[in-house]
Amino acid sequence: MSIVGKTTGELLDSMNQGELSSVEIVQAFLDEIGRRDNEVNAFLSVRPEKALEEAKEVDQKISAGEQLGLLAGIPIALKDVLCTEGETTTCGSKMLENFVPPYDAHVVQRLKKSGVISLGKVNMDEFAMGSSTENSAFKTTGNPWNVEHAPGGSSGGSAAAVGANMAPLSIGTDTGGSIRQPASFCGVVGMKPTYGRVSRYGLVAFASSLDQVGPMANDVSGAATLLEAIAGHDHRDSTSINCPVPSYSDSVDKPLEGLKIGVADEHFGEGLGDEVRKSVENSLDVYRSQGAKIVNISLPHSKYAVAAYYLIAPSEASSNLARYDGVHYGYRTENFDNMIDMYAASRGEAFGDEVKRRIMLGTYALSSGYYDAYYLKALKVRRLIRQDFDQAFEKVDVIASPVTASPAFKIGELSDDPLAMYLSDIYTISANLAGLPGISVPVGLSGNDLPIGLQLLGPAFEEDRLFRAARMFEKETDWKTLKVS
Amino acid sequence: MDYQIIVGLEVHVQLQTKTKLFCGCVNLFNPDNPNVQTCPVCTAMPGSLPVMNREAFSLAMKTAVAINCGIASFTKWDRKQYYYPDLPKAYQISQFDLPFSENGFLDIEVDGEQRKIGIIRAHLEEDAGKNMHDESGKGGDSKVDLNRCGTPLVEIVSEPDMRSAAEAKEYLEELKLLLTYIDVSDCNMQEGSLRCDANVNLHVTNDDGEKIATPIVEVKNLNSFRGVELAIEYEADRQWDIYQETGLKIGDVAKETRGWDATRGKTFGQRGKEDAADYRYFPDPDLVPVTVTEEEKQAVRDSLGELPAARRSRFIEEYSLSKYDASVIVSQGNSFTLYYESVAKSCGDGKQAANWLTQEVLREMNERKISIEDFPITSDGLATSLINRVRDKKISIKSAKEIFARLMEDFGESNESYGDNKAFDQRVEQLIEEMGLALVSDTGELEGVVDAVLAKEQNQKAIEDFKGGKQAAVGALMGQVMKQIKGADAQTVRKMIIEKIQNM
Amino acid sequence: MSQKLTRGDVTKVALLARLKLSDEELDTFTSQLSQVLQYVDVLNEVDTENIEPMAHAIEVSNVFREDEVQPSLSREAALQNAPLTDGSHYLVPQILENATPES
Repeated sequence: MSIVGKTTGELLDSMNQGELSSVEIVQAFLDEIGRRDNEVNAFLSVRPEKALEEAKEVDQKISAGEQLGLLAGIPIALKDVLCTEGETTTCGSKMLENFVPPYDAHVVQRLKKSGVISLGKVNMDEFAMGSSTENSAFKTTGNPWNVEHAPGGSSGGSAAAVGANMAPLSIGTDTGGSIRQPASFCGVVGMKPTYGRVSRYGLVAFASSLDQVGPMANDVSGAATLLEAIAGHDHRDSTSINCPVPSYSDSVDKPLEGLKIGVADEHFGEGLGDEVRKSVENSLDVYRSQGAKIVNISLPHSKYAVAAYYLIAPSEASSNLARYDGVHYGYRTENFDNMIDMYAASRGEAFGDEVKRRIMLGTYALSSGYYDAYYLKALKVRRLIRQDFDQAFEKVDVIASPVTASPAFKIGELSDDPLAMYLSDIYTISANLAGLPGISVPVGLSGNDLPIGLQLLGPAFEEDRLFRAARMFEKETDWKTLKVS
Repeated sequence: MDYQIIVGLEVHVQLQTKTKLFCGCVNLFNPDNPNVQTCPVCTAMPGSLPVMNREAFSLAMKTAVAINCGIASFTKWDRKQYYYPDLPKAYQISQFDLPFSENGFLDIEVDGEQRKIGIIRAHLEEDAGKNMHDESGKGGDSKVDLNRCGTPLVEIVSEPDMRSAAEAKEYLEELKLLLTYIDVSDCNMQEGSLRCDANVNLHVTNDDGEKIATPIVEVKNLNSFRGVELAIEYEADRQWDIYQETGLKIGDVAKETRGWDATRGKTFGQRGKEDAADYRYFPDPDLVPVTVTEEEKQAVRDSLGELPAARRSRFIEEYSLSKYDASVIVSQGNSFTLYYESVAKSCGDGKQAANWLTQEVLREMNERKISIEDFPITSDGLATSLINRVRDKKISIKSAKEIFARLMEDFGESNESYGDNKAFDQRVEQLIEEMGLALVSDTGELEGVVDAVLAKEQNQKAIEDFKGGKQAAVGALMGQVMKQIKGADAQTVRKMIIEKIQNM
Repeated sequence: MSQKLTRGDVTKVALLARLKLSDEELDTFTSQLSQVLQYVDVLNEVDTENIEPMAHAIEVSNVFREDEVQPSLSREAALQNAPLTDGSHYLVPQILENATPES
């Protein structure tokens, strides 16, 4: 198998056994970027010299017999929403086109410690707002399976980079499904950890109470190892939870005995495409064959999740994005009459439509006279959604559902219909509102060869359980051969 | 027709923490070196997050307890959103519906009358940076310095309970005293660590007895005690004129915000906001709530120690001080009162100690612009070397003050304190000798001088005058004696002269 | 809820949000936001009486840092991304005195 087709574990083994050097591995992925990215357009910036230099350092450490980090020498692609000291961090926005952070995000620091090597920063929907990566100010990323289709979003660049073998690992962020949905569209594994599992320090905020950083990988084990590298308490993030991080990479191969998988009617109703339905049902059969029990559960408030989310997320976003005013950093207009005009024109010129739309929506939902009816109401419904999950997890270990109603849509297909685009997050959003972990694992292909994912949700801080459950399916099958029609 | 001034104050107090409220940048007044005390958090760089300073919350709780507020068991932080260049996040982290403390009061006394001023709430929030406007009038760019941005502030909102400018000033002074006593703030108004906005209106009683409230005006940026007083007085007069002219009542017009021009001594109208304020408060998702247990609240109460009002009462009781002296001493701040108590205990005479402190010591402090901490004479030195010598009739009170003045002159030249009490005492001894101030109680020597003075030809008229009932005539005679014997005790000299004249 | 969003409302919100929008954008947003607001009205179906709002995904409390000084950024690093400076300050167009006076 070519280097770029290998999993993280295989690459680590090859390095351990002296078959491959980190320089060879990094070079292979850089070559693959050169070969594929003019078509896929996942990367916003590539750092070949630095990556190779860092790989050389890892190789030297290996030959010196030094203690190495968990992922030493493995390449990674970073969503351009994480601050990297001295390296441009754009968030896919004209607003931050030239923004060079003076500090590293906590996740970036942790990655450096693990020895992982950044290949560069990848594309995303502007400020992580979107489900297609079409909202990037810089380029349109294609789905590696068919570049006329969207890679999903907002972590579309991260998913496409891994899906196209341009990186074995990538970092994404997930506010309403932004890791899981593109993972599903691009046929890769993506995990949104429990809120607070990974520090948000240095993650450019979209919606603070929903955002989480998570791993994306070409296999479950790679994702597990990557989460292990980035998870853990950070005193600079007040919402980071101080609870021990288990060794996901050690336990991922252990199947779960007597696994009880919850299935909610609410996830299989109207709107779910046939191919996805079939694929998900097939995957449940795979679990049954391994002794898992499928249990019916109910999540009665899940149908309100999209509505609650599209009030809470834009409200927080309207506030989080207020800082982009052309004073302390970021874009400033050249044409203005006075200070207020300078603010408004800078923001009007540098933000894209979707960002503007959400800022407007959030500003409205928080404004005097509407706060109780919109924002506060949504927060109350949010608690009911969480309570549904708490009750369900008294009966089952994980909850299985589709990630999306259908495989990757075509680029441009939904871009004029914001509401339809919002509704495409219907299966993923609840986990963000409830703060729960969720994983997307590829389980099949559509008739026109587009990947389909399965979502598994778990109780808070049970990422370990989700990796193991996802691995049970992965080990048992070759999903690329499971074509539904 | 008559009117009553109604005033409520909103006071912002910067807390004396080492670091800012949400980041580890140093909390220091540093206007001359802009933008050197900032980090990704307080400049609102994308991705940065706030974490609450434990000490700031703790000082805020102390503040609340000192102003008799109840501490909430659950409190949270909200974002107050508005755009201004000195506020880089475009929201201020503050507290909206669940402040950490509410319902307090502060007792003040004005013209001998006790007044209880209600406090609605005190909440914790962050300060903004500073904008500096181009004052050339050419419309140049404004400059922004974020050194101050993120400094912890407690905002204390009073009830509209003050009925005069003097009461407002007294409330603010008492508040400052209290907060400096408990070490939560230096309350330096010049440096902006204590800032004040006043809500002012009038309650008018018409000739037919009808009571009418006039529209409330908020006067901002009052940065001196005198300014508070003058601005409120000006504002009351102005509002009275307007009421007589227009008859406008509260609710007829929107609340007006005015600035205070200290140079012209006038308030001035500020431009209305382009859009009506809509701060869109909502709970800050980056910060988590704080809960406080009953034990923690009690611990704060226990940590406060004696507050100024209690200390005044105790001084009156324990040292037989007048209300006035107790008030003067306590109002100088905690360190000064500690110095006072130490002097009073060492010399065993609280009244003498008070006289020395409120007169000599305070005068020197003011003249030399030094604090009691920098005062060159220790409390022990003052008591044992000076006050006790007077008590023991080793020197006269007048001499003691002369020596004190000399000691202060020494200090002025050398700028060195008298740290060592023994060396200090020797210096005092030396000065007594040098200046010839040892009290002469040896009546033999004194008698000789008195006799010589009384025998002088030129003094015979004075002697006759005194005999004729002119008490003052003795003064001139005393002066001549004292001139010859510097350490003579005036009382003794006086007594001796009178006895001798009467026996003539 | 549920009252129709007007173009005037959108104009007001745009000012509040400091977004300069073209006439075309105002029209598009008025209709798109109306649609979304109409959709979120579905929340009215839910009985939320006695339900506490949930502002945080994972609810914890009392997170503090100690009052210890950490290094600040150099002035150069602080100002390096600013669109306009004089080398020691951020520069902004002349602030109309008291346009938004705040403490």
